[in-house]
Amino acid sequence: MAAQSKRQQLVDTAILAPLDWIDERTAAVTGTKWFLFRNVPRDVSWSQTLGSAALTAFIVQALTGGILAMYYEPSAAIDPVTGKPVAYSTIESITSDLTLGWLVRGMHRWGASVFIILLFLHMGRVFLFGAYKYPRELTWITGVLILATGMLMGFTGYLLPWDQTAYWASAVGINLNGTAPFAGPWLAQFLAGGPEISTETLPKFYAMHMLLIPGLLIPLIGIHIYLVTRLGVPSPPWSSEAAGRERPPAQPTGARAGLVRGSGGD
Amino acid sequence: MSDLGHDTPHASGPSLWPIAFAIGVACLLLGLVISWIVAAIGAVIAVVFGVLWARDVTRDVREEVPHVEPETRAVADAPTAATQSSATPEPLEGYTRSRFLEASTLGLGAAIGAIVTLPVLGFTVLPSFTNLDETEADLGPIENFPEGTFVIATYLAQKAQGEVSRRTSFVRYNGLVENPANQGRREPSFTILYSRCVHLGCPVQPNGPIDEEAATKVGGVDLRPVLAQSFGCPCHGGLYDSEGNRRAGPPVRSLDRQEYSIRNGHLVLGPNYAVGNVSGTGATAAISRYPWSVPGTHVDGIEAWLYPIVPSQVTG
Repeated sequence: MAAQSKRQQLVDTAILAPLDWIDERTAAVTGTKWFLFRNVPRDVSWSQTLGSAALTAFIVQALTGGILAMYYEPSAAIDPVTGKPVAYSTIESITSDLTLGWLVRGMHRWGASVFIILLFLHMGRVFLFGAYKYPRELTWITGVLILATGMLMGFTGYLLPWDQTAYWASAVGINLNGTAPFAGPWLAQFLAGGPEISTETLPKFYAMHMLLIPGLLIPLIGIHIYLVTRLGVPSPPWSSEAAGRERPPAQPTGARAGLVRGSGGD
Repeated sequence: MSDLGHDTPHASGPSLWPIAFAIGVACLLLGLVISWIVAAIGAVIAVVFGVLWARDVTRDVREEVPHVEPETRAVADAPTAATQSSATPEPLEGYTRSRFLEASTLGLGAAIGAIVTLPVLGFTVLPSFTNLDETEADLGPIENFPEGTFVIATYLAQKAQGEVSRRTSFVRYNGLVENPANQGRREPSFTILYSRCVHLGCPVQPNGPIDEEAATKVGGVDLRPVLAQSFGCPCHGGLYDSEGNRRAGPPVRSLDRQEYSIRNGHLVLGPNYAVGNVSGTGATAAISRYPWSVPGTHVDGIEAWLYPIVPSQVTG
């Protein structure tokens, strides 16, 4: 036993004491525990992981996007070496010249679709489970804003390869915005930086894609996750533990007794 | 004097002189950079108002504070017994120093925020509407345009922009036509349809065979005659007739047209304008023209009420 207690002492001084030191000043450990070690209903399933999956997809997008930005250049000027626009040339070189560039670009390009698809699946799950109801209305609203900004990311990112698909898809997208009543034509001209897409449109979309919209999206995700952590995960609609109802006193056994947050437990 | 004990917080009376003192100091510092006279004036201001400030805050230490009778008002109505009986009346809800500081901090913060934000917002939005180059494109001698046939003209709208500004227009020479506005002189007439679909801006294509053998390239402008009596859009199936009127599909108006002028025998394209409907054909066509707007916006009918002011009406 002496050896174990010695080991315990070692753990205390090497790990726990520094953690305590940090926690006393920042509440970081308490906060992490609050965030990670939460009670969830016993009858949660894989469907409740779609939100985390979307978050993971977003993190992949953020990381791969940051790395792509090291090699991509949002310029419509003609590259004297390749004779093509600089933006398109850098995309070409990322895809075919740079080591593993094809992989990172592919992750970013396909990951964008994955992110949006996961957002929709997550949204559908929340809707069908009624998980948007009291007290989680604001979680739903921030989620809708995340979906909107996520689609803005897709819209602005699509132009960046600066090829024919990018150009015409963005032209259609900009003009779609232009059909909105009253402000539409003004919005379209703002987005294109003039009556039509020009060399100024590309860096404008890049700045929005890289800086402005992430600056909006990341705080929204933070608020969304905070709300999820604070309010907890509701049990599914078929749960024996209907939300807001007191746990029936006579449960058959412990097996079907869901652990509903806030219901008091045993 | 009994209340002068240490447990009683002492605050000097309010004084406005620190403001003038601060102005003096600022003036002094500014003067150090720009001129000694300004510095001297600043120093004088700072000293004078510094002294006044010091006098203000030390008044109750230096001399007996004159006892001022509290103001009273004759009470018109007979006061209720309750208010009379209360020995110490409730202190009035005053505009306290902390509330003043709170309001001024918020107000100043808002003002500073606005001063910083407004120019930035302006810079974000305005260049899209103000820094617009006049677009003119020289399509070369008018002899290159055979009468009665459309020619696909591809040109750079803005040379400085490069390939991004490559545009396509369908140009048809309608022959010499008497111009009543110019003393009945016979002048060349053109029908110039801009190739951008007025549904959502895809490139409209002529429905007909292109005479590649007659294709010419004049000064960076590609000219390709085409036998076409209609134009179709590959994106969403819009269809237009030879005057640009919508015949099928989702477009909401007729194809945009372009102003033109003849200069030194050259056809020069000017700005675009939107077209509601065209009746008649060729040189005698009656065109209902409107200020140019983005594709997808109605220019006539009740739907046009949704777009009361479009950017081209403001920026010209």
